[in-house]
Amino acid sequence: MAEAHPVGFQWVMEAKRRGAKIIHVDPRFTRTSAVADAHVPIRPGTDIAFLGGLINHVLTHERDFRDYVVAYTNAPMLTREDFVDAGDDDGLFSGWDPETRSYDTSTWQYEGAEVAAASGNRDRWGGDAETHRVSHLLGQSESTGSGGVPFRGDPVRDDTLQHPRCVYQVLKRHFARYTPEMVSSVCGMSPEQFTEVAEAICANSGRERTTMWVYSVGWTQHTVGVQYIRCASILQALLGNMGRPGGGIMALRGHATIQGSTDIPTLYDLLPGYIPMPGAHHEMHLPEYLAADAAQKGFWGNMPAYTISMLKAWWGEHATAENDYYFDRMPRISGDHSTFTTVLNMIDGHCEGYFVLGENPAVGTTNSQQQRHGLSSLRWLVVRDLQEIETATFWKNGPEIETGEMRPEDIDTEVFLLPAATHIEKAGSFTNTQRLLQWRHQAVEPPGDARSDLWFVHELGHRIRARLASSQLDRDRAILDLTWDYPTEGPHGDPDAHAVLAEISGYRVADGSPVSGYTDLRDDGSTACGCWIYSGVYADGVNQAARRKPAGGESPAALEWGWAWPMNRRVLYNRASADPEGRPWSERKAYVWWDEEQQRWTGHDLPDFEAEKPPSYRPPEGAHAQDAIGGDEPFIMQADGRAWLYVPTGLADGPLPVHYEPEESPSRNALHPGSRANPARERFDRPDNRYNPPDGEPGSDVYPIAFSTFRIAEHHTAGGMSRWTPYLAELAPEMFVEVSPALAAERGLEHTGWATIVTARSAIEARVVVTERCKPLRIDGHVVHQIGLPWHWGPNGLVTGDAANELIGISLDPNVHIMDTKTGTCDIVPGRRPRGPALPEFVASYRRRAGIGI
Amino acid sequence: MDPLQLVRRWPLFRQLTGSDPLGRGDAVRSDAPEPWEPRTDEADTVTRSVCPFCAVGCGQRVYSKEGRVTHIEGDPDSPISRGRLCPRGSSSLSLVTSPTRITKVRYRRPGGTEWEDLDLDTAMDMIADRVVDTRARTWQDTDAEGRLLNRTLGFAHLGGATLDNEENYLLKKLYTALGAVQVENQARI
Repeated sequence: MAEAHPVGFQWVMEAKRRGAKIIHVDPRFTRTSAVADAHVPIRPGTDIAFLGGLINHVLTHERDFRDYVVAYTNAPMLTREDFVDAGDDDGLFSGWDPETRSYDTSTWQYEGAEVAAASGNRDRWGGDAETHRVSHLLGQSESTGSGGVPFRGDPVRDDTLQHPRCVYQVLKRHFARYTPEMVSSVCGMSPEQFTEVAEAICANSGRERTTMWVYSVGWTQHTVGVQYIRCASILQALLGNMGRPGGGIMALRGHATIQGSTDIPTLYDLLPGYIPMPGAHHEMHLPEYLAADAAQKGFWGNMPAYTISMLKAWWGEHATAENDYYFDRMPRISGDHSTFTTVLNMIDGHCEGYFVLGENPAVGTTNSQQQRHGLSSLRWLVVRDLQEIETATFWKNGPEIETGEMRPEDIDTEVFLLPAATHIEKAGSFTNTQRLLQWRHQAVEPPGDARSDLWFVHELGHRIRARLASSQLDRDRAILDLTWDYPTEGPHGDPDAHAVLAEISGYRVADGSPVSGYTDLRDDGSTACGCWIYSGVYADGVNQAARRKPAGGESPAALEWGWAWPMNRRVLYNRASADPEGRPWSERKAYVWWDEEQQRWTGHDLPDFEAEKPPSYRPPEGAHAQDAIGGDEPFIMQADGRAWLYVPTGLADGPLPVHYEPEESPSRNALHPGSRANPARERFDRPDNRYNPPDGEPGSDVYPIAFSTFRIAEHHTAGGMSRWTPYLAELAPEMFVEVSPALAAERGLEHTGWATIVTARSAIEARVVVTERCKPLRIDGHVVHQIGLPWHWGPNGLVTGDAANELIGISLDPNVHIMDTKTGTCDIVPGRRPRGPALPEFVASYRRRAGIGI
Repeated sequence: MDPLQLVRRWPLFRQLTGSDPLGRGDAVRSDAPEPWEPRTDEADTVTRSVCPFCAVGCGQRVYSKEGRVTHIEGDPDSPISRGRLCPRGSSSLSLVTSPTRITKVRYRRPGGTEWEDLDLDTAMDMIADRVVDTRARTWQDTDAEGRLLNRTLGFAHLGGATLDNEENYLLKKLYTALGAVQVENQARI
């Protein structure tokens, strides 16, 4: 965090100054470790074993915050009789289908409840294995970005937590094998180090204290990325650290508005506000879609209002109750259309055009060679950026040109490289890592042909509509009837970003007056709102994201700086900071509480709860949506109002986290020897994406070293915004690899000399940094060498170097299709890599030795 | 120069012998011609912005003069960053004023070996033509089983996470209306 989010890290240091203990769990000793109270080394890819060990410690020693757990989590819910937990050996839950490598998740449900089949087949409930499998490809898991998955019915509970099938007991059995000794043997830290961490977090949780977990892509970029976060959620819910000040799980996102790009998604499986994209079905019109997806209980119960308001924002007067608000004209998804699959479609000739805006897949995406093959298979490519990035010049100076695998004359891709405006040359809002929207005012006009992406999309829309204006084709109605009449301003005719934000925030159709928030939205077509979770950011016709009261005003939550979704609430589910009766759990940790006198919730933050719903409220029979949430149920987006220790529906690879080894691993799975890696992970075993044999399989000794990737403070992502900047280029001029003194001695690697790193995909060269920061690990009795690779370089820019992404194969998490970049195996040898045609031959010679692809 | 005079000009000497023992005033003042003024004083506008690098969201103040950016520094009012910027954030001025920034449209024809110049307006027309053509040829009303699709898999989008909320919103809106579903973002990868 000190390295990748330095300014955010000042608050960790502030906390330390006030007595907080900082524990840094990381494979490498970094700038963060240097100022932490403790550095706990861990082998990349084993965090579920580590976190599972912590959960086991909490449960074995009964260190959970029992009052919180009983009232606010699903610990008392009973699982179904036919649910079978992951086996000790095979690590498989009930419902596994080896043919399709996927789960039928129906047995994971609570007793007494019924799950939505989810977006895979939204027009029915229950459903078969195929339905469940497809539903995950369609992003059911991702639609939980602002709350839980819907289910129906009334789960059976045992508030004493004694029933053998209650979640608490299931959890206890599930994690019983994650002992300190097991954690040590899998993760590489000592049992004493582990126990010290476990004791520290238990001692720092409860009524009087809270513990926070902070993570970044070191937790997400795995084939079990979602389950990593699930594991932390279980631990935090057991310790009562959710919805409370100083608690929670803080995702440190890596880019200025990557949170915004998820909330208002340019993602294939989502519509704004985590509304799922409709899937392809025989009979699915708006009522079926809404009925299948809207929850019975909680705020997702209002999904019809959110969805119809979005359709009204997009198709205006053309969206009417009679035509289902244009729902039938929306495109349908039918599988995984994520970026990795799309690039394979390019290579296979099914996708011919590509817009790449402010992104650099030619060096920035895993298995970049495959990405460049995709680019060279296109008919046309539009790149918009600030510099001549590698994605725009692959046809001219890409690595395949150098090796002779491609010739510019043979590449038929037509390339448009358009200059883009920078963040200060256009107005708009970024959403930071804590869901806070902050407005950027425009300082100057962009130079030359440079334009904002807002200008580009607006202009492109106009030109496409002009070309189709006389069309009578049914398929062109959606684009021709789209509301696209934004006022423009400035010398280039930029659309007014305020007008776009006002549409996102929502208005009443009758008079155009702004709504005050999502609770104003209706399902009768009388309101329009582009993104329901952002509703209220333009309340009262004022750009709330542009608020800049110094230090955010008087409130400790800095409520007058920017605007956080939803409704400017800064800590989500903060009703949980008070006990079921509405009193703070302790004076020290008071945050939001029920004011008996005023008969409303009050405190240091805006309550993430209906302000006037008393703790004593009990939903009447047949209540719907938020009315079905009791006054003592803080998790208002969840269909049972509770934090989930166990996930009855919504995940593709298990209701509970299981330690699996990565696709490429230097070790066997000590916890579940029968299932080496996540059985439900997505693999693409094809000639352009070969995998190294994992430990124990023939050929694995050809790639005996483990590698992980990391970032440094001086560069940003794949370097598109830093390699062209003189200061940053000078601070970190060359690609390097961190190796331990032991490995350096073993392989004859010299500090500041060159090394070549090779995998089944490719080989790269890097300067050697011999450092004690990188340590060999003792795993399951044998020594594993690991190396660290930053990934900021490429062939263009002021400073150049090989991209680490050349080395990495694509294997994906089955829930969200994120790739594993954090673990892999390789070989490392001294000296520079071969040039020209000798490079692919060098890589192929390794493959032959390992017996890959034969 | 007289060596003694050189010693007398040495700031440490001046600090020890003069009236500024803490070295915060005259003792450390250079003899460069006055006046030196910070760029920020000369700016005719100060604009509030947000750092474009990581997701912490540090506040920035952008100083400009006669339509050109002259300085970018941390915004002390921000409760997030309290005026600080990291090495990346501090490089923002170099990022936006970089001499290697492209400011003209570049075009590469199929099989071409060099960039060519192209007018922005022509480029936009050509791109719109490509979209309309590809979409028409790759349109899918239904799948083989007759299920409604309303879409094209003929073109795709990948955006970086510095596209702001308003831009992402219009992109998603336009692509969805065009029936394009392969719309992706750095947020996944």
